[in-house]
Amino acid sequence: MFRTKFRVLRSHGIQYIKRLDEAALPEIFRGRPVLTDPAEAAHPGDPQNGDAPTHTAGGDDISGPGACNGSTTRPGMTPGELAALCPTGAITATPFSLDLGRCLFCGECARRAPHLIRFTNDYHMAANDRRALVITPQTTALTPDPDLVRREITRTFGHALKLREVCAGGEGSTEMELGASMNVNFDFGRYGIDFTASPRHADGLVLTGPFTENMARALELCYEAIAEPKLLIVAGADAISGGLFAGSPAIDRRFLDRVAPDLYLPGNPVHPLTFIHGVMALTGRPFTGKKRKR
Amino acid sequence: MENFTILHNGSGPVALHSIPCTDYAPFHARVAGRLAAGCHCAHYFAIPGAGDTLIVFAVLLDDTAHTVLVSAASVDPETAVPSLTALYPAMHPFERDIAETTGLRYTDMPWDKPLRLAHDRADRTRTVDNYPFYSIEGEALHEVNVGPIHAGIIEPGAFRFICNGERVLHLEIALGYQHRGVEKLMTATGNRLRQAMLAEAIAGDSSVAHGRAFAAAIEQLGDAPASNAPALERTIALEMERVAMHLADTGALCGDIGYQLGQVACEALRTVTINTTQRWCGNRFGKGLVRPAGTWYPLTPEIVELIRHNMTDVKRRYGEVSANLHATPSVLARFEDCGRLDPAQAASIGAVGMAARASGLARDLRASHPADAYPELGHTPVTEEAGDVMARLNIRCREVAQSIDHILALLHEASDGGTAPPAPDLERPLMPSALAVGLAEGWRGEVCHVALTDATGRIAHYKIKDPSLHNWLALALAVRGEGISDFPICNKSFNLSYCGHDL
Ligand code: SF4
Repeated sequence: MFRTKFRVLRSHGIQYIKRLDEAALPEIFRGRPVLTDPAEAAHPGDPQNGDAPTHTAGGDDISGPGACNGSTTRPGMTPGELAALCPTGAITATPFSLDLGRCLFCGECARRAPHLIRFTNDYHMAANDRRALVITPQTTALTPDPDLVRREITRTFGHALKLREVCAGGEGSTEMELGASMNVNFDFGRYGIDFTASPRHADGLVLTGPFTENMARALELCYEAIAEPKLLIVAGADAISGGLFAGSPAIDRRFLDRVAPDLYLPGNPVHPLTFIHGVMALTGRPFTGKKRKR
Repeated sequence: MENFTILHNGSGPVALHSIPCTDYAPFHARVAGRLAAGCHCAHYFAIPGAGDTLIVFAVLLDDTAHTVLVSAASVDPETAVPSLTALYPAMHPFERDIAETTGLRYTDMPWDKPLRLAHDRADRTRTVDNYPFYSIEGEALHEVNVGPIHAGIIEPGAFRFICNGERVLHLEIALGYQHRGVEKLMTATGNRLRQAMLAEAIAGDSSVAHGRAFAAAIEQLGDAPASNAPALERTIALEMERVAMHLADTGALCGDIGYQLGQVACEALRTVTINTTQRWCGNRFGKGLVRPAGTWYPLTPEIVELIRHNMTDVKRRYGEVSANLHATPSVLARFEDCGRLDPAQAASIGAVGMAARASGLARDLRASHPADAYPELGHTPVTEEAGDVMARLNIRCREVAQSIDHILALLHEASDGGTAPPAPDLERPLMPSALAVGLAEGWRGEVCHVALTDATGRIAHYKIKDPSLHNWLALALAVRGEGISDFPICNKSFNLSYCGHDL
């Protein structure tokens, strides 16, 4: 029995990522996209002419954009065509922008219009202002704005933070990634941050899923059960905007009319590093990956 | 076998008018007859027919003949009809769904309760707050309610236990909290990309399996040449999803009994596995890898090498973990003889997938209805006889090794070169007024999608079945007679999907 344990331990080695702030994701990971102003982009279908036409079709239709006919096999789509293509209506043609609160990071837009949209492997995508998630050709980085953080958050939660997670229609992948942020590799617990079973023990709520009607009451009860002051974090496109389910009659998002989130975490699912960086930045902590000294 | 349209997996769409459609009585008799002869139900649902009538469709699988049987009946929703559940409990979730969404009444259906409280249910007065839980009176008994919100970072569902002391007499599971209306959203859009992503979002831990079933249905309706399908990519992706989830569940089972070594070792191995998937397609859950009629992520020589290296390592290290678990008495003491689902129960409730195989039922679409690269792999289902938590853990231990062997065999083939699969086709028009069945054996079990088009070739109805629909009852039966403190490991050993059930 002990011999088998030693074998497992020997192969296991040391697993935790020493410097979380230095962890990089592979190039192919689709993180924060970079937009190019259509007026400046060289249109691949027409290399002589840098002026791509702009349309406004479909960008605001959250209940399900229509089919995009005929043109999806050639690269070099216009912003208007991209807006119709995007499955969650994340793209607006004029002014050209992409809403990370709706984006599912499928990468289809970048494939169809590489001259306009490019995905980077930058997982720093957290924001504490919903409007900041709508990125434009001018956006170069995303991080929570310290001036918008409520004083009591930095004052109360700067040392230890216990979070309660509630899934209200989430499909499980963001939930698994939140769990993974506590695993042997990411070890978010090293900062005194952990998930807790009871809302009575929690300092805040992490919400996932598009908020189903059938969970509306339980969600409300759970939030009410957390003592003040408390945090609200919405994780994943489903939670931020409804994602693919925005406009579904089975969804009830009125909870967000009453409570404003303190942190938005884009992703499909949210990568553990996006979550870790977002919470660290929100609570005003240095993000070095080292254990805190006591 | 008259009055059934007989298909093979992926053999193409069926024109709706060619599907035998009779009155309910003969339909009831012939479906019951096929079930008695050993077929099992992959899907059974109702759609609105002409006038005020309903049309019910049954999709049955014959594992020995490797066929898919489809039949239909026209039903008057005003008249109560005899149920199939009374004869075959496996039909229960399907008939509950039909009753809930259409208002059709059954004369003899036991346990006539809401299934998922869908937003378009016929009776809106039934809600999650007034679910009619079963109760037993008695001074020695008490009830324990768990959920809808659970202690961990998991999805919601309500569990009501009736206990005699510490012992569970009865467990009833009420679901529906996760209902998002996926089936309706599928038909509300013509954007094929959006539909593919909805399919991947049915259950995030089974994105590849559901993505595959969707692609299968769409490719048949769109008459896409089967030779173009990225068979190797899809099979490898599906097996990697299985490996990743089996690792996650092994770790979680260890965590639930406080065996930290097993837990952390599996967490690390799962990280290796899903990071390999991420290197391949940019997403740790394989989202975006499966699309209709092609893939954006062919197996390049670098990816082949990476998967080969990492999966070989995972197989060796997981083998060590498995040997350790089997050599640790405190682990065996918790898992053995706990949460038993006996083979007769598994067969009668229509259990599928690894839960069925752990109870001796060799149900596995990879063997009975093989597609993609499975025919050449000659897959043999792994089975265990005991039906307890340990058996379900053993299935995982053995399937991880088997899946990795499959992956390595296919990588060998992939590195021989050959033509790269085409890019996905999201534009293909679909055959009008037709039905297609998409099947995939996900890590939990049998995934079945049925797409029906209207006269213009739009998807008019899209019906989804996650294997969890069959297996939730297996969990409720398995905990009977167990100590309530063993519920978490019983639950984890099945690890069923809430969102896949609730849609
Ligand atoms: S990557 Fe985001 S913005 Fe682009 S098409 Fe997909 S969901 Fe839309």
